[in-house]
Amino acid sequence: MSVSRRDFLRKAVEGGAAAAAAVASGGVPEAEAAGLQRPPRTLPPDAVGLLYDGTLCIGCKACVKACKDANGMPPDIHADQRGWNQGTWDSPQDLSAKTLNIIKLYTDGTMAVKDRETDGYAFSKRQCQHCTDPSCISACPVSAMTKDPSTGIVSHHPDRCIGCRYCVLSCPFGVPKFDFEDPFGRIHKCQLCNHRLAENKLPGCVDVCPTGATLFGRTADLEREAERRLTLKPGDRAVFPRGGLGGTPGGARPSHEKVVAAEYQQHIYGKSELGGTQCLMLSGVPFDKLNLPTNVPDYGYPTLTEGIQGAVYQSMVTPVVVLGGLLAIAHRNVKGSD
Amino acid sequence: MLAPRPLGGRIITPTFVIASTLALIAAAIVLYRLVFGLAAVTNLSDGYPWGIWIVADVMIGSAFGCAGYAVAILVYLFNRGEYHPLIRPALLASLFGYGLAGLAVIVDLGRWWQFYAMFVPWYMNPSSVMLETALCIAVYAMIICLEFAPAVLERFGLNRLNARLKRVMFAIVALGLLLPTMHQSSLGTILVILGHKLSPLWQTEWLPLLYLLSALLMGLGIVVFEAMISASGFRRPFEVEILGKLAGVTVVLLAAFLVVRIGDLAARGAFSLAFRPDVRSLMFWIELSLMSAPLVILGPPANRRRPQTLFLGAFVLLLGGIVYRVNSYLVGLTPATGNWHYFPTLAEIMVTLGLFSLEVVLFLLFVKLLPILPARHKAEEAGRT
Repeated sequence: MSVSRRDFLRKAVEGGAAAAAAVASGGVPEAEAAGLQRPPRTLPPDAVGLLYDGTLCIGCKACVKACKDANGMPPDIHADQRGWNQGTWDSPQDLSAKTLNIIKLYTDGTMAVKDRETDGYAFSKRQCQHCTDPSCISACPVSAMTKDPSTGIVSHHPDRCIGCRYCVLSCPFGVPKFDFEDPFGRIHKCQLCNHRLAENKLPGCVDVCPTGATLFGRTADLEREAERRLTLKPGDRAVFPRGGLGGTPGGARPSHEKVVAAEYQQHIYGKSELGGTQCLMLSGVPFDKLNLPTNVPDYGYPTLTEGIQGAVYQSMVTPVVVLGGLLAIAHRNVKGSD
Repeated sequence: MLAPRPLGGRIITPTFVIASTLALIAAAIVLYRLVFGLAAVTNLSDGYPWGIWIVADVMIGSAFGCAGYAVAILVYLFNRGEYHPLIRPALLASLFGYGLAGLAVIVDLGRWWQFYAMFVPWYMNPSSVMLETALCIAVYAMIICLEFAPAVLERFGLNRLNARLKRVMFAIVALGLLLPTMHQSSLGTILVILGHKLSPLWQTEWLPLLYLLSALLMGLGIVVFEAMISASGFRRPFEVEILGKLAGVTVVLLAAFLVVRIGDLAARGAFSLAFRPDVRSLMFWIELSLMSAPLVILGPPANRRRPQTLFLGAFVLLLGGIVYRVNSYLVGLTPATGNWHYFPTLAEIMVTLGLFSLEVVLFLLFVKLLPILPARHKAEEAGRT
């Protein structure tokens, strides 16, 4: 690439101005800080993900077991059970280096009614959200986290991972986990069973879900399906698909008809949170009750960090210009001393 | 101005023995960690994946390592030659601060045997703040070695090599000014991606500037602190005049830091969080008190001429910088999910203690064997020999 002297100087001035702006605009409200942000990423063309509908989930945890089988993960014995549970009962409490997918239970008061906030209970599913603008990818120094350019699936590559755990620290959903017990441990996270997708099979968790609470599909299709459900009222009869939306991969599964029992929260979780995620969620109870981050911006945090870095280090022009100045000053001042 | 020269004297002293023992204990724990894994010796978890090996050894260790950077700015950027006698001891602090921070990183890495991936061009992720920071620190560590090399070359009479090095020293010095500006601010930028997981008492887009300023402050603080300790330890005269001037610069910088820190908190309306009855508020006020106190201690010029107040001011400033970094990396953090707690294990503390002890051991060895500290006046010199 050839850069004319004039271009170089122009860029240098722009870089310097951007750096000044970076310093000047820190800490101001989002709209004004926008100049400091890099533009948010958009969904890849064939982005795929999951739609989890907590109102359909019966809490059977077949998906938790199927995930372990599909990914060859060991049982996760809860600390309280280590005295008697020799591994016959997999009892994870949360995502961990041994558990890539989990069903969690929300309870309140008497727990009388499903999908009710007070005196009720509700299920929620956790796995990697496959963010549109993932923090883990931005954070990783050695590109060990990658996002498939077409499906958008976020995968981890232990062959180059240095184990710094910045992905663990940076993920807003607490998804990547490091195996601290193993001296040669690695990061574990849901990769949407991309090894099964390659064989034209559904992700483990979707494959076994008896009620279609977890659906696989293109994120755009999943969003349309979620929007349809948000129009349903308690008492309505509606048809709910199972497996993959549109019958792929692996052929169509029978759908089922059901009376809608709970009122949906009028929000699709993951549609806009932190720049959007490819996995979406519906619920009968407010999402903050499910321990999901709700009071968050609609852009990913990497837009901020990469914005700050980009403003200062854009094409390395600013550092080079500053170094030039320093060289001149140092050349004058270092002489005569050591 | 008197040229620096080796201090000489006995190597094996009580301080040397105690510090070496602590360093050896740390080495044993590190070996154990490499064989049995991180969980065997640390309280690290998926909620708190970074503990004191990162926060104390890297964030604080490298800030102490900014001694050379801070003094180089004064000497070479502002051409204040009067600070020149401080440059070699300051560079020595930098050499160990950064060297041992690098050592701590390797010990902390979960997959340390793949560390080389950081330097493989096709693995590098240019968007990663961590990559920029790590590469910058690695290059800077080499730059410090070169900046410090004349002390070693002089000692062994390698004058031709020394003369050659001096011809390019201006370029080395320039890089030595640029690189810490880059990575010390990036140590703050690293936190920005935590978003809502970091309490608004610390989360701000001003983090890069605050980290840069606090690094300079801690660098200046360590110069004064170390000069005072050296003076009393080696029974040398206190260099009160020059250190007092340095403290004056520190006061101005500290005022700037506090203006940005408090102004930012006020502008974001985050102060209300500081009045909740929790550990975070307490730690916040401890931090702010420690960072403000040196302004009072070192503010009056008379105090900057007294060794006692100079030492106290530098000491409190270092404590303040330490608490700021611990707060922003650990106390202010709420993990995404789950009920996690972190307090370092005894083993973690011993490794950190051991690393700082190793710095003491190496410092003692270097000042005794190499020309680092300024020579005393001729009369004293004659009396000594």
